[in-house]
Amino acid sequence: MTRTGFILANLFHKKTRTWLTLLSIGMAFVLFGLLQSLNLVFSAGADFVGATRLVTQSRVSFTQSLPMRMVPEMDAVPGVQRVMYQQWFGAVFREDPQIFAFAVEPQRLHDVYPEWVMPEAQWKAFIDNRTGMIAGRGLADKYGWKVGDKIPMKSNIFPQKNGSKDWTFDLVGIYDGKDEEWQRNTAGGMYVNHAYFAEAALFGGGNAGIFVLKLEKPEMAESVASTVDKRYENSADETKTQTEKDFQVGFVKQLGDIGLIVRWILFAVFFTLLLVVGNTMAQSVRERVPQFAVLKTLGFTDNNILGFVLAETMALCVIGGVVGLAIATSLGAVVAKFAGPMLPLAVDWRVWVAGVIAIVVLSLTVGLLPALRARRLKIVDALAGR
Amino acid sequence: MSETLVTIRQLSKNYTRGKQSIEVLHDINLDIPRGDFVALMGPSGSGKTTLLNLIGGLDTPTAGSVSVDGKRIDQLKGSELSRWRAENVGFVFQFYNLLPVLTAQKNIELPLLLTKMSSAERAKRAQVALTLVGLADRGSHKPSELSGGQEQRVAIARALVTDPMLLVCDEPTGDLDRKTADEVLGLLQVLNREHGKTIIMVTHDPKAAEFASRTVHLDKGLLVDDAPAH
Repeated sequence: MTRTGFILANLFHKKTRTWLTLLSIGMAFVLFGLLQSLNLVFSAGADFVGATRLVTQSRVSFTQSLPMRMVPEMDAVPGVQRVMYQQWFGAVFREDPQIFAFAVEPQRLHDVYPEWVMPEAQWKAFIDNRTGMIAGRGLADKYGWKVGDKIPMKSNIFPQKNGSKDWTFDLVGIYDGKDEEWQRNTAGGMYVNHAYFAEAALFGGGNAGIFVLKLEKPEMAESVASTVDKRYENSADETKTQTEKDFQVGFVKQLGDIGLIVRWILFAVFFTLLLVVGNTMAQSVRERVPQFAVLKTLGFTDNNILGFVLAETMALCVIGGVVGLAIATSLGAVVAKFAGPMLPLAVDWRVWVAGVIAIVVLSLTVGLLPALRARRLKIVDALAGR
Repeated sequence: MSETLVTIRQLSKNYTRGKQSIEVLHDINLDIPRGDFVALMGPSGSGKTTLLNLIGGLDTPTAGSVSVDGKRIDQLKGSELSRWRAENVGFVFQFYNLLPVLTAQKNIELPLLLTKMSSAERAKRAQVALTLVGLADRGSHKPSELSGGQEQRVAIARALVTDPMLLVCDEPTGDLDRKTADEVLGLLQVLNREHGKTIIMVTHDPKAAEFASRTVHLDKGLLVDDAPAH
């Protein structure tokens, strides 16, 4: 037998309670891992590394449109290869408002988003047909749309000049994603021709919600963003230029101060955990008072006993914490795979470092008082049950 | 058997309970030669266990001195006293006090964790001790799987495994039936006579005291009689 074996044997002296406590710690650290990773996503600063496209929106909010006159101005910014613009259409098909419909210039969409794969004939039809629309494969399959169909659509924002919010488009193409991740994004997406939208809409035709800037080289991302934003500084249409990833994260940030919410949830989780594990350890020490007295009788010092109890607590927290963080890592990868760039969760080394610190702090916080109690035990009193 | 192992001089012990100070032992003088088997007897509250605890270094006296093998243990503090106990004394309790999560073998190995022995050496020593108490085949059993007598034998093996010069036993047969008690006492007698262990045993039981070579009587904290056993 070794000291480690002795500590582990004592840890499981009440098997059911230990397993339940481990389960609590494990679950808490699964939450910790995922939430901490979420926190990192939302608290991360601008990261331009590897960006091939930038998104320019109004500095105030992406719900505020920008004027179309900016298109040639942005096209002229050094490092910008091509600019695409898009306006949120607010499409509702039947009762389904969950359609991501944008009015775009077809040729620019084709040039800037090679990830959308569609026969060239359909791209040409989209470019040539002012009432044309293209739909993602997932959306088309959902409603059984086929190329050549006329699709009646409502806009919950833009009426036509005749006052009607009913629009009809000709489905001229169905696009796929270049890979599995992009294919998933075809589930709710469609595009209509901005020229037709600009001509027919009662208002908003001269504006675009965002501009997507395709870069000549990824390393120019930061300078392009800075040039664009500086150009419109102190104007009526101040801009904010960021990577697509940061722009998508910004979508989720609309829910509120995610970082604050996450911190409060983590605080609640750890406070509860503190009580659960603290109670377990206190009870465990209380039950074993005579055993600690025997250990002291055999010659183990007060500090040995303190060490045993702290080591037990540490073992409990390390086992539960590491298993929990490992599960969180796997879950984070699954979530990131399915959520895509909208929620790039990654339980990475930073989360693990924070997790290890949390494990140590938790162990010391919950273990110290019971350990000191065990350390202070007087052999004669403890053996006599006093 | 003339060399004195334990020397007690003018030993007193007071306990404070609330605001009250209670004198449990008063001016005890006692010599115990090396290799002796002493039974400490007396009514409840006479101070037997307190005296045993002081000799075993589990408690410190209010006044007086306790020397074991020439060392003033009343002057040792904290970890020094712990180390002294680990190296010199084996303890046997009335209720065995084995750790329920460990097997018999591992319970016996426990005091050896304080030594620099390798894991293999510890296991070997524990097996020898188990064999000595007649439980060589019970090493893998947990205390809950052993009878009271067997548990006490394991406790004796644990007390012996560090090869201490002194065994202190507090009512070692108090929780056992007569037959089993006699077996355990017989084992202690063998350890005393054949292995030269000095044994100090607290007991209420006159029959148990008969296994000792000397009986010391205490009453109300005073040494009232010190006589060889019949």
